[in-house]
Amino acid sequence: MIEDKDKVMSKNNEAVHTEIKEEILSKFPPKVARKRDKSYVINEPGTGQAIQANIRTVPGIITQRGCTYAGCKGVVLGPTRDIVNITHGPIGCGFYSWLTRRNQTLPEKETDENYMAYCFSTDMQDENIVFGGEKKLKTAIQEAYDLFHPKAIAIFSTCPVGLIGDDVHAVSREMKEKFGDCNVFGFSCEGYRGVSQSAGHHIANNQIFKHVVGTDDTIKTDKKFRINLLGEYNIGGDSFELERIFERLGVELVATYSGNSTIDSIANSHTADLNLVMCHRSINYMAEMMQTKYGIPWMKINFIGAKASAKSLRKMALYFEDAKLSEEVEKLISEELAVVEDEVAEIKKRTAGKTAMLFVGGSRAHHYQELFKELDMKILAAGYEFAHRDDYEGRDVLPSIKVDADSRNIEELKVEKDPDRYKERIEQSKLDNLKKKDPEVENYIGMMSEMEAGTLIIDDISHYESEQLIKKYRPDIFCAGIKEKYAIQKSGVPLKQLHSYDYGGPYAGFKGAVNFYKDIDRMVNTSIWSLIVPPWEKEAEINADYISA
Amino acid sequence: MRKIAIYGKGGIGKSTTTQNTVAGLAAMGKKVMVVGCDPKADSTRLLLGGLAQKTVLDTLREEGEDVELDDIIKDGYGATRCVESGGPEPGVGCAGRGIITSINLLEQLGAYEQELDYAFYDVLGDVVCGGFAMPIREGKAEEIYIVVSGEMMAMYAANNICKGIVKYADAGGVRLGGLICNSRKVDNESEMIEQLAKSLGTQMIHFVPRDNMVQKAEIHRQTVIEFDSDHVQADEYRQLAAKIDSNEMRVIPTPLSIEELEKLLIDFGIAN
Repeated sequence: MIEDKDKVMSKNNEAVHTEIKEEILSKFPPKVARKRDKSYVINEPGTGQAIQANIRTVPGIITQRGCTYAGCKGVVLGPTRDIVNITHGPIGCGFYSWLTRRNQTLPEKETDENYMAYCFSTDMQDENIVFGGEKKLKTAIQEAYDLFHPKAIAIFSTCPVGLIGDDVHAVSREMKEKFGDCNVFGFSCEGYRGVSQSAGHHIANNQIFKHVVGTDDTIKTDKKFRINLLGEYNIGGDSFELERIFERLGVELVATYSGNSTIDSIANSHTADLNLVMCHRSINYMAEMMQTKYGIPWMKINFIGAKASAKSLRKMALYFEDAKLSEEVEKLISEELAVVEDEVAEIKKRTAGKTAMLFVGGSRAHHYQELFKELDMKILAAGYEFAHRDDYEGRDVLPSIKVDADSRNIEELKVEKDPDRYKERIEQSKLDNLKKKDPEVENYIGMMSEMEAGTLIIDDISHYESEQLIKKYRPDIFCAGIKEKYAIQKSGVPLKQLHSYDYGGPYAGFKGAVNFYKDIDRMVNTSIWSLIVPPWEKEAEINADYISA
Repeated sequence: MRKIAIYGKGGIGKSTTTQNTVAGLAAMGKKVMVVGCDPKADSTRLLLGGLAQKTVLDTLREEGEDVELDDIIKDGYGATRCVESGGPEPGVGCAGRGIITSINLLEQLGAYEQELDYAFYDVLGDVVCGGFAMPIREGKAEEIYIVVSGEMMAMYAANNICKGIVKYADAGGVRLGGLICNSRKVDNESEMIEQLAKSLGTQMIHFVPRDNMVQKAEIHRQTVIEFDSDHVQADEYRQLAAKIDSNEMRVIPTPLSIEELEKLLIDFGIAN
């Protein structure tokens, strides 16, 4: 075990990786091994390597992935505080998607609407499955309306709803018309609709774009710089830190999709002049559709990591071409970075040379590498759980991604220029110029090009494969989610949850970076793991043979 | 108790054949329960003299969990015990799930613990989903009879139902008892169904000729045996009842390929 680690640590050896990969794959049936093999890449940046992603997990494999409903309701819509989100289905789906990502929110006034503390579900019973659940759904919508008079009610379909054919859209239309002052819209986001939660993100993007974006044209401030932040979900308070930064810079954050957001801010978000995209995977559809319909350019940024944050702010300033703003940005960066560097200098002494693996999300496995680099830690391996090839290889591969039956299952909206609301925000020549200077203006270069040669990249890693990586490489920390946490920690390696941040955060921006350094320092330098001898190491292993009946 | 399910293509005459046969068994002094597994709830109409039955699912909906056997079982012709599963209106909900719920409830309530010689399940159309296969799963029904005619689609459906039986034969122990030919006056019908039965590894247990008396009795909401006991058609159903009563042939069928099925039609139908 330890020998393996030393071999790997001495040089990022392709032969070692290949040997380990083959050993892992040899345990699968040949057909499964062939399929899994395509999801493994030993990184060689710039060589145009292809990775298999966003395809069905082989049944029987314990995957990290979640379902389409989780992606739609939990991830994208969950963080908006003043939409009453009703789960149409049996109670489990609603309950277990209720704030488990630790997305926070802060109403401006104490009396402002905030429904995140409530869990709404139609609690379908056997009878509703047999006779249809539309009546119960209508009753639930009416009840929510009578109790709260919310601005909006959203309906999320769980698996049985699709099977019995309840028409959540027709019910939504009917109730919206009936109320007159409440926007009611539905999502066909049944759990099985896609290969992972990624399908749910797309469905969420489509419906928000159709039913909410562009429904309020008023510009409420006279701020010169007006932006949206897309794909930032305020886990552990990330959005609060970023709001602090934008406020200091005098930049108006019209809407965040969807951390600490309100339905009004999203309805108004088409009036912004720039979209900053954090999580490309979950929200790129929205960025593209807003560009086409309203003419808002977008750029890929990353506020995870102090240096990455600084880089992202400079990018934004460059777009607005304003000397005063650039000056403010530089001033802020130098002040904030000074604090960060003081902190990191001390912590780095203890974290330098430690190793990390990240298998999480559709952007997080990429973004968090920045923070580990700032701690002088080494990334041994990384991979996404639900990303697509463009998140690994960059958007250049988009035309070559095969459209399969699973992706065809998700509606692609046909978007056209809005005759009244389309406005060119920046001259095309200037935008082209920006694109020339920065490959991530209206583009994403993906994770692989920013990772070292010789690192291991694995898509949709399974429970078994994670265990084997832990055994072979013994990283100092493993980043994933709650489903993986205790399975990994059982083998004596700490796991940092990057979906919910365990109990920590914020990790975004400058202050967030410092929080992260401290948390990781604690985790990789604790001696707790060496103090425990688990029972299976003390007692002889019991072996058994399987005898078929 | 013998637990029997009657399957067959929609409109083939399953409910009519079942009820007339049950009337025949009742006339022989057998104690029979009929469980209608069709959302239309018309599987016991001829035994009860009309759609007089409140369905299991409606009762469950109205009474909540507090349902008693007497609420859902009514006595019909010859002291037959009649139950209708019921289900949603067309295009809503899940009728298959309804059948599962309703059969489970019948079991919970001890409907099968009564002194019975026979329980008959009359199941809607084709086996379109898991719910409609419920009577042949987990040993709910042990013996299947398929109502068929010499028409292509009826034979096609019969063959499909056999595939369903094969699927559950190991787990639930369900077996095919035979084909009942409910004649549509197709050329060489009897020979063709005999041959189909042979290919499936079973028998044509009875050939029920077409007779207007069946319609006539139906209009009067009665089985032929009740309506005109001396009519020749009443004899046919009595014969079928007696044959089922003495039948000992139970097989796991061997379904045909589409090509084999088409060949059968050509050999006995068009080619003749």
